[in-house]
Amino acid sequence: MDWNWNRIPAEYLVTNVKLARGGKLSKRKGFLHIQKGRVQALGVGEPSREGVPVLDGGGLVCAPGLVDVHVHFREPGQEEKETIATGVRAAAAGGFTSVVTMPNTVPPIDSAPMVRYLLDRADEAALCRVFPTAAISKGLGGETLTEFGDLVRAGAVGFTDDGKPVMHGKLMQFALQYAKQLGVPVTCHAEDCTLSGSGVMHAGYWSTKLGLSGIPRLAEDSMIFRDVELAKATGGHLHVAHVSTKGAVEIIRRGKEDGVNVTGEVTPHHLSLDHSSCRDFSPHFKMNPPLREEEDIEAVTQGLIDGVLDCVATDHAPHTGMEKELMFDQAPFGVVGLETALAVCHTYLVLEGKMDLGVLVGRMTEQAAACYGLPVGTLEEGAEADFMLFDPDERWVVDPAKLAGRSRNTPYAGKELTGRVKATFLKGRLTWHDAAED
Amino acid sequence: MSLDRKDLIGLEDLSRDEILSILNTAEAFRSVFDRPVRSVPIMRGKTVVNLFFEPSTRTRISFELAEKRLSADIVNFSAASSSLKKGETLRDTAQNIEAMKVDMIVMRHSSPGAAAYLGRVLKASVINAGDGPHEHPTQGLLDIMTMRQRLGNLEGKKVTIIGDISHSRVARSNIYGLGRLGAEVTVCGPPTMVPRAIAKLGAKVELDLAKAVAKADCLNILRIQLERQSQMVFPSNREYALMYGVNEDVLRRTKPECFVMHPGPMNRDVEISSDVADGPRQVILEQVTNGVAVRMAVIYLLSGGDPGSLGAGE
Repeated sequence: MDWNWNRIPAEYLVTNVKLARGGKLSKRKGFLHIQKGRVQALGVGEPSREGVPVLDGGGLVCAPGLVDVHVHFREPGQEEKETIATGVRAAAAGGFTSVVTMPNTVPPIDSAPMVRYLLDRADEAALCRVFPTAAISKGLGGETLTEFGDLVRAGAVGFTDDGKPVMHGKLMQFALQYAKQLGVPVTCHAEDCTLSGSGVMHAGYWSTKLGLSGIPRLAEDSMIFRDVELAKATGGHLHVAHVSTKGAVEIIRRGKEDGVNVTGEVTPHHLSLDHSSCRDFSPHFKMNPPLREEEDIEAVTQGLIDGVLDCVATDHAPHTGMEKELMFDQAPFGVVGLETALAVCHTYLVLEGKMDLGVLVGRMTEQAAACYGLPVGTLEEGAEADFMLFDPDERWVVDPAKLAGRSRNTPYAGKELTGRVKATFLKGRLTWHDAAED
Repeated sequence: MSLDRKDLIGLEDLSRDEILSILNTAEAFRSVFDRPVRSVPIMRGKTVVNLFFEPSTRTRISFELAEKRLSADIVNFSAASSSLKKGETLRDTAQNIEAMKVDMIVMRHSSPGAAAYLGRVLKASVINAGDGPHEHPTQGLLDIMTMRQRLGNLEGKKVTIIGDISHSRVARSNIYGLGRLGAEVTVCGPPTMVPRAIAKLGAKVELDLAKAVAKADCLNILRIQLERQSQMVFPSNREYALMYGVNEDVLRRTKPECFVMHPGPMNRDVEISSDVADGPRQVILEQVTNGVAVRMAVIYLLSGGDPGSLGAGE
C-alpha cells in the first residue's frame, strides 16, 4: 500500500527503522505499530500485520520525539519575534514534540491565568506539547515570590526568572524550599550581574581584541556555586540552565557527587562554537551566556557525556532581523536553535566520535524530560506515539530563509550540517515532514 | 604606493608598506601647511560626510580641516542619540546618506565594529574615526607620525602607553601600527584597566609605572574617562594621579630624550601634570598638527591618489 503523507491513517506501521530508545541505538532494523495515537507494539524485525498501511522508514533512525526544556516563544507581547503557533512549527521541524517555555514574555508568565492562556494557545496550534514554566518573582522583579501553588495547579512545570538571575539569595532559597514542596524544579539563569556588568561577550582574548565588554566565567560560576549550595541546604531541585563554563561543570559535578538534587542543561551552540565566532562583530553570535573557549566546549561536552549535564536544551531565543541588524553591543542576546539542534549535536558530537547517537538521543529526550518530571520522551508500548525519523547521513546547508519559525537569527547560517529530521509525529499524527518543503 | 582598499577601519588591517605610504604622504601634506595657501584642489567635486554618533570636538575639526584643505565638499552630521533610539538602524541611516551620492563617510560610533559594518554595506569609502574601544586608526597614525619625526626609524624603539588600556581604541591602534613598524610597545595602568589578553595583541604589560617608563623612548598618556570612577574601576582621581599620573618626578626616571604624547583632551593633574603638559618634553600640539596631515593623506589615498605625484614616494 502506498504511503500518503497527506492522509496519515489511525493505524499504521513504521518499518525498516533503527529504533533509538533508552540511550541506545539499535543496530537491527525494527518497527513501530501505531494505533489511535499510541504505540501498539514496537520491536526488531519485520512485523506481520496484514492490511495495515506501512511507512517504509528506509533505514532511518526512529527516535522518541525530542524534548527541549528551554525555549522562548515570546507570546504574549513580542509576537514580531515568535508566537506559540510559529514556535511549535519550528519545534516540529526540528523533531521536537515537547518543549518547556520560559516565562519572560511581556507581560511575564507570573499568574495562573497566564499559564492557562499559553496552554490554550498551544492546544490551538496542536503541533507540539507545551509545558510552561512560570516566573519565580512577580513581574520578574526579583523581589516577591509568585503564587507557586496556584501556578502548578494551572500547569506550570517549574519556576525560573530566566533571562535574568535571581540576585537575591534569600528569594532563591525560599523558591527552592517552596518548589520542593510542590515537586517541581527551580531553574537558574546563573549570572552575577555585578560581575557581568555591561558585558556582551565572553571576557578573554577576543573581547579584548574587539574592544567589546567581557562577561567573565566567574559571573556564571559564582552564581551556580551559590545555587547548588542553596539546593543542598534546602533539598530543593535546582536545574541549571545553559551551562557554558568548565568551572560550572565541575561545581555541578561535585554537587551531584554530594547528593544534591541538581540537574543541568547545555545548548547546541555552547557545544559547538567558541568566542572567536564573534570576530566579525556579527550579533548572530551574541547570546547569554556567551560563547566561551575551546576548553569550555571540551568541558561541557565531557559533562554531557558523563551525565553531569543531563540534557541538551536549545535556549531558542528568536529576535527580529532588525534587532540583529544592530551593532553587536546594542543587539539583543539570543539565537534560535530548535531546527538545527539535533543536526548540530550530531555533526559536532556524534560524527566527531565524542558521543553515540543513541546517547545523544537520550540526552535530547528521556533525560531532558526527567529534568522537569515530564511524562514524555520515551517510546514504550501503550504510550502516546511521539516520535521522529532522522537521517544521520543527509547533508544540508542551513538557510535562514527556510526556517519554519518566525525569526532567522541562527548562528549556523551557511554552515553545512550532517543529519536531518525527516518527519515528526505527535500522538501518531504527522506534525512535520521534510518533503513538505518540496 | 596608493592604498588598494576602499575603507580604513583599523591599523590591524594595514601592512607595514601601507602605513609607511600614508606617513610619507602625510609628510608631503604637512609641508604644505607652512605655505600661505594651505589647500590643494585634489578632492574638488568629491563629497565627504562626517557622521559623528558620539560627541567629538578635535577629531571632527581635524577631519573637517583635512577635507577642506583637499577642497572636498563637506556635510557634517552629529547625533548625540544613537540611531537605535530613533528606531532606525545604522544601515538605514547610512544608506539614506549614500543615496544622496557621497564619496566618503568618516564615522565615529560608540559600538565596536560599526565602521567595519558600514564599510561592508556601503559602496562609499569609510574611514573609522573611532568605533568604541576598538580602533581609532587615524589617531594611531598621527601618533606614529609624531614619533617618527622624533625618532626616525621606529624599529626597536620603545613606546609605553599609560592609562585605561581596556577601554582605549587609541591603545589598540597604537599597538597594531607600532608593531608593524617594529617598535616595542609596553602598556601600563591600574590592574583594573589592563586586560590580561592585551599581551596577545603584541604589547608587553608592566603595571609598575617606574619600571614601565625607565627605558621608554616615548610615553603615550591616555585620557582617563572620569565617569569610569563611578564604575569602581579606580578609587579616585587623586589616587590615579598618585599612582599613574605622569609628572616631573616620573619624567626624571625616564631617559632624557624621552618625550610625552597625549591624544587629548587632557585631564590636567590627573593623568598628566600641568608642568609636563606644558613642559619641554611634550609634543602634544605637534600631534594635533600632524593629525590634519595624516587625515589628508588617508582621504587622498583612499580616493585613489598617488603619493608619487606629491613627491612622497618612498
